[in-house]
Amino acid sequence: MNVGKPVQRVDAFDKATGRAQYTADLCPPDALVAKILHSTIANGKVTGFELEAALAVPGVVKILTCFDVPDRQFPTAGHPWSTDKKHQDIADRKLLNTRVRFYGDDIAAVIAVDELSADRALRLIKVTYDEQKPVFTPQDAMQPGATVLHPEKPDNVIVRSSYEIGNFDEAIRESGLIKVSGDYHTGQVQHCHIENALSYACIRDRKIVVVSSTQIPHIVRRVCTQALGCSFADIRIIKPYIGGGFGNKQDALTEPLNAWLTTQVGGRCVRLFYTREETFVCTRTRHAMDFHIESYLRPDGTLIARSVRAWSNQGAYASHAHALVANAINAFRMMYPVGAIKGEAYTVYTNLPTAGAMRAYGIPQIGFALESHMDDIAAQTGLDRIKLRKQNMMRLGYVDPVTTITCHSTGLEECIDKGRAFIGWDDKRNLYASQTGPVRRGLGMAIFCYKTGVYPISLETSACRMVLNQDGTIQLQMGATEIGQGADTVFSQMCADAVGVPFDSVRATSTQDTDITPYDTGAYASRQSYVSGMAVRKTGLALKAKILEYAAGMLDLPPDSLNLVDGWIVSSSGESLIALREVAMGACYSLKNSVHISAEETHHCTDNTYSFGVCFAEIEVDIPLCQIRVLNIVNVHDSGKIINPVTAEGQVHGGMSMGLGYGLLERLVFDPVTGRTLNNNLLDYKLMTAMDTPDLNALFVETDDPTGPFGNKALGEPPVIPVAPAIRNAMLDATGVAVDSIPLNPEHLFTEFRRAGLIAGGEN
Amino acid sequence: MDKRRISLVLNHRPTELWVDPRASLSEVLRGEASLTSVKHGCNVGECGACTVLINGETFNACIYLAIWADGKEVLTVEGLSDEEGNISDIQQAFIDEGAIQCGFCTPGFIISSLPVLERDEVPSRDEIRRQIAGNFCRCTGYEKIVTAIQKTARARHGG
Repeated sequence: MNVGKPVQRVDAFDKATGRAQYTADLCPPDALVAKILHSTIANGKVTGFELEAALAVPGVVKILTCFDVPDRQFPTAGHPWSTDKKHQDIADRKLLNTRVRFYGDDIAAVIAVDELSADRALRLIKVTYDEQKPVFTPQDAMQPGATVLHPEKPDNVIVRSSYEIGNFDEAIRESGLIKVSGDYHTGQVQHCHIENALSYACIRDRKIVVVSSTQIPHIVRRVCTQALGCSFADIRIIKPYIGGGFGNKQDALTEPLNAWLTTQVGGRCVRLFYTREETFVCTRTRHAMDFHIESYLRPDGTLIARSVRAWSNQGAYASHAHALVANAINAFRMMYPVGAIKGEAYTVYTNLPTAGAMRAYGIPQIGFALESHMDDIAAQTGLDRIKLRKQNMMRLGYVDPVTTITCHSTGLEECIDKGRAFIGWDDKRNLYASQTGPVRRGLGMAIFCYKTGVYPISLETSACRMVLNQDGTIQLQMGATEIGQGADTVFSQMCADAVGVPFDSVRATSTQDTDITPYDTGAYASRQSYVSGMAVRKTGLALKAKILEYAAGMLDLPPDSLNLVDGWIVSSSGESLIALREVAMGACYSLKNSVHISAEETHHCTDNTYSFGVCFAEIEVDIPLCQIRVLNIVNVHDSGKIINPVTAEGQVHGGMSMGLGYGLLERLVFDPVTGRTLNNNLLDYKLMTAMDTPDLNALFVETDDPTGPFGNKALGEPPVIPVAPAIRNAMLDATGVAVDSIPLNPEHLFTEFRRAGLIAGGEN
Repeated sequence: MDKRRISLVLNHRPTELWVDPRASLSEVLRGEASLTSVKHGCNVGECGACTVLINGETFNACIYLAIWADGKEVLTVEGLSDEEGNISDIQQAFIDEGAIQCGFCTPGFIISSLPVLERDEVPSRDEIRRQIAGNFCRCTGYEKIVTAIQKTARARHGG
């Protein structure tokens, strides 16, 4: 068996030697350079351009503006397309936009022979606008009389959704219930993959070929057809290695415009490489969300009724829109099931950079709010924080009343126990019980549940192809994408086990090319090892059946008496009969019966399952300096069977680091008047450096999920979820200060500590 | 603009390049020299993906003019393998420890780790963190990168 083993990443050697090729490495050196002119107002209309001076710059080939693009709106979200009109993604942007909706909107493009000429021309373009007052918060955007960003949504509310299970008003009439309520806020952050958003495009073989750093090549192809109004046959997307995505590249970013730009210069190759500054502002961000939570519980800690209201700040364009906050209020319901529960959520357009998918899709937001709230309940009632959670959390067999997603396996209780022991919770809690000095220590924890893939909200489908080489080795082709998480490696492990060959016999094609690659929606929702993994398993079994059928003919034995184990055809008694190598050679070159053995299967997934986990953190708070130091931190995950322990640990470490940044450092800052992003660079936007990061501990509790292809369930995104609330709860433990928003950076803590009277200071 | 000739030792080989005097070293390494391990993540010296060794010191090649490299020794990850293509111990450690995910920042980290590996003693994890603090990684949380560097240092000092 290869599944479960720490096999070496299949792409590690190429990446360690610098040979792995990413989009920019493949771009022809003579490609024309496209640069985008971005609006310098957040809300209004472009009324005109002065292009003469820019066009006179030597090297400028063409300038295209928002008045030149096709009058066609298209959606960008990396969702599987819904054939049901009501569930289709919102088509609310053009390739370049006359109606400007955020500071940085795409309004014109310069195509030049090199970057310097393109940059020089950009600076010489003069724009006139008809400006309107922008709105930056959902609350302001929902006010009557507020500016209308998109005429299709006159109140700026993209979607309002709600649910109520049981009778909330009746449930809260029970006598003796304690009510705890709170308001929580999470800010807007960015993915900060180290490779920016970029692509290049040209016309070859009567197709527009776009090479792009994307998580979702097949979806990007569909979006390009919608944006350009062309056939699928006209578009070919190639996805080489990508330098991180984290959900940002689960959206059509530079590709549709890039595809159109090449058509405007006779199919010449045009590159559209975003700068870091553009990647921050003009791609996607994590939604800022506001939550109001109410809980009613009995004095023994039993939750009886719960409610949440949520407002999600979408920014200028719909992208993934309401799907994220809907996911958030669903997870609110799932984590602590009670008889009476209700949720309500709004997704609202504002004049800020567009929000979209980002690792764990709305759950880090509700995770911060909900798990902060659970500690607020404990603090206000004197209940034990861990006991309160264990008493109320989701159990095996839970069936969500709205989505019907069922808890098929759970190791959450064991995760909590393991993390508690690791951090030394019980001893340290006593030690830190009565601190009074300026530097105090505290312990915090937070749990989460997370779905695996998007069924039944959306389609889950994946295809895989395997081709048997003449010597018994196998070519593995996936539509599912390697984005750094190790997908090619775990698919290779799965393939080897499903077919019955050694790991080294499997070679995965890492590059996706929509002309060749089987269909898969791509890397998101922690879906690939679960959904696409099942496609690997099905295809592997189909390939194996074909191999055994051919071998049976060679051996003159019934196929069902044979098996394929580690590259050998074996009898039912386990005797090695013939090497796969010989069967493969015979199948290809036989003068009597030449068969080219390959298999391709689709897995249409109609199930889902929950993964779980916990973060425990021990921190030291320097109150006068308003600084938090993380002394010890551990994530414990139940992601079912672990396919590869080394790559799994890597996912957890990366998620923890992103969670620490979310909780402690990161936020996008906007000018309150103009809406301009003030810190769209890696100096002013505080990303975690190695020196900010403590030792990260990743532990697992392995369950065997009956619905996973190899007992596995979601792992890629979840590690980011519980970290920020665990830190926040540790600070509550250390200082008694219950902070309701992140990040807990010194600037924020100064305000909080002063308000709490822990430090003196000027006027509030 | 007229190109100028520079002479440098690039990955152990005396090399002459004709470069635009306005071009950064990273542009020239990626372009004229075809050394695409040198990555662009910010172009302003913030992310470290373009880190190269110049006369034994780490520099962000994106904010170092190519003409300044005249007469100097420049090393990229391509120069870490020997003539027969055998990779170095630090590259092998990154592979063995699982320190690589998307791989985009990897060459920069490997170059940034070289000076600390030249020291007379095995560096602590905090010393390693300081040495690589100019390189961003969004995938790994640095955990396995620090481990890979420390293990290489240990092996060089006899385990």
